[in-house]
Amino acid sequence: MKIAGFLLLLAGWLLVLSAVVLLPAGGARSAFVLTGMAVEGLALVLVFRSHRILYRSHQ
Amino acid sequence: MTIPVLSETGVAFVMLSILLIPLAIAGLALINTGLGRSRNAGHMMMSCLCVIGVAAGTYFICGFAWQGVIGGPAHIVRLGGKDWNWLAAQPAFFRGVEMNGSPASLAVWMQMLSVVLAALIPMGGAAERWRLGSMCASAALLAGITYPLFAHWVWGGGWLAQLGVNYGLGHGFVDAGGSATIQVVGGLTALAMAWIMGPRRGKYTADGMPTAIPGHHAVFVLFGCLMAWAGWLGLNSAGAALFSGMEPRRAVLVAVNTTLAAGSAALMTALVTRVRFGKPDGSLTANGWVAGLAASSAGCAFVPPAAAVLIGLIAGLLVPFAIETLELRLSIDDPGGAISVHAIGGLWGILALGLFEKFPAPVLNTADDLARLTSLSGVGQGLAQLIGVATLIGFVLPLTYSFNWLLNRFLPQRVAPEGERQGLDLYELGAGAYPEFMTHTDEFFQR
Repeated sequence: MKIAGFLLLLAGWLLVLSAVVLLPAGGARSAFVLTGMAVEGLALVLVFRSHRILYRSHQ
Repeated sequence: MTIPVLSETGVAFVMLSILLIPLAIAGLALINTGLGRSRNAGHMMMSCLCVIGVAAGTYFICGFAWQGVIGGPAHIVRLGGKDWNWLAAQPAFFRGVEMNGSPASLAVWMQMLSVVLAALIPMGGAAERWRLGSMCASAALLAGITYPLFAHWVWGGGWLAQLGVNYGLGHGFVDAGGSATIQVVGGLTALAMAWIMGPRRGKYTADGMPTAIPGHHAVFVLFGCLMAWAGWLGLNSAGAALFSGMEPRRAVLVAVNTTLAAGSAALMTALVTRVRFGKPDGSLTANGWVAGLAASSAGCAFVPPAAAVLIGLIAGLLVPFAIETLELRLSIDDPGGAISVHAIGGLWGILALGLFEKFPAPVLNTADDLARLTSLSGVGQGLAQLIGVATLIGFVLPLTYSFNWLLNRFLPQRVAPEGERQGLDLYELGAGAYPEFMTHTDEFFQR
């Protein structure tokens, strides 16, 4: 789950980069940048949860 | 796209500012030491010295070659019809840089101290359980790869700095004093280390509830905050002059903003802890102070003083809640508060610049001719700052985690359980920091 989270973090960043490169200035670019950040947010939730679960299972 | 040219006065001012930066390093070392237990105090201070040596040495060998200076040789990829500057291609060992007060040499000097500061930050997050050898190896990775890569993108004329020129996003990603390049990079590495090593023995009870493990020296911590303040004045002033083209006379604004942000953050944290716990908490207030400093760096030269107060107040508000959330809800043991202070404080500072920026004319942009751009701020600047934040979380965090995870496979980062029980002073150094203190039973360990 942690690896998936880190891969999702990278995916969110690539989404942001793609928005900058591919989309013209305006609402669509901003919306895609924000979407990329939302993906990163989800990824962080996944990584934090997986750390917690791993730690609890070790305990 | 050239490095800002400095007058004689400018060179003298920058040199004076850089001379203050070691105070921030010493302050951080004191804070990290004071927030730990007395059995680890000598180990922490000695580790700081070793990490300083390793980070500075690695930066000398290869770090600067990959970070470079604005306008220096670089690896450029053409994407979507635009040049994307990814990595510097300077010679290793500082070759090609005349150490004579030229802007490039000043940048080298300041960067070497900045990378040292960044390398000390993770030590607070992984304190009391990190082996000395592994700490040095991890510092080498930070100083040799992670820091130079991101710092090139921001301070070396890289693609983040070019967002304004290439895509009309304000002045590109702006980080005058290092909220992103130093604080967040260090803070995210602290988070990676806390994940990799797990909490200290005895930090959590069997049912997962955290126990309080107070620091051993409040005076170290609070005096460290005062030293950090002086250091930050130099860090923010030098960074703004070297990487954002700030005129030396605007250092007044930098000093005022830095002080206001730190002061208001500390007051806010003291108030929050007073309301929540009945009395203001010294160590949390110290964390709030440093978070205010970290948040002030990005926009120190580009926001009005009233905005600096607001930046500080919000940083001071964030810190206690972030520390509590990490410890209580996310089971992350961060003895020095490095993640909340440097990563979260720094991220807030980056975003705050997008919200409150007020660039002087002519606009200062390290990625372009200083005089060409005029007032391109607004929504675009906010978007550029968001892209910088996305890069830190989406690229730097996985990168630093992967490096340290791999390192952990070959060179275990965490000390043996016996070392934690005994204290790292005795276990790794063979002598305690306070040999005349009476040894007493440790109330934090379960029997």
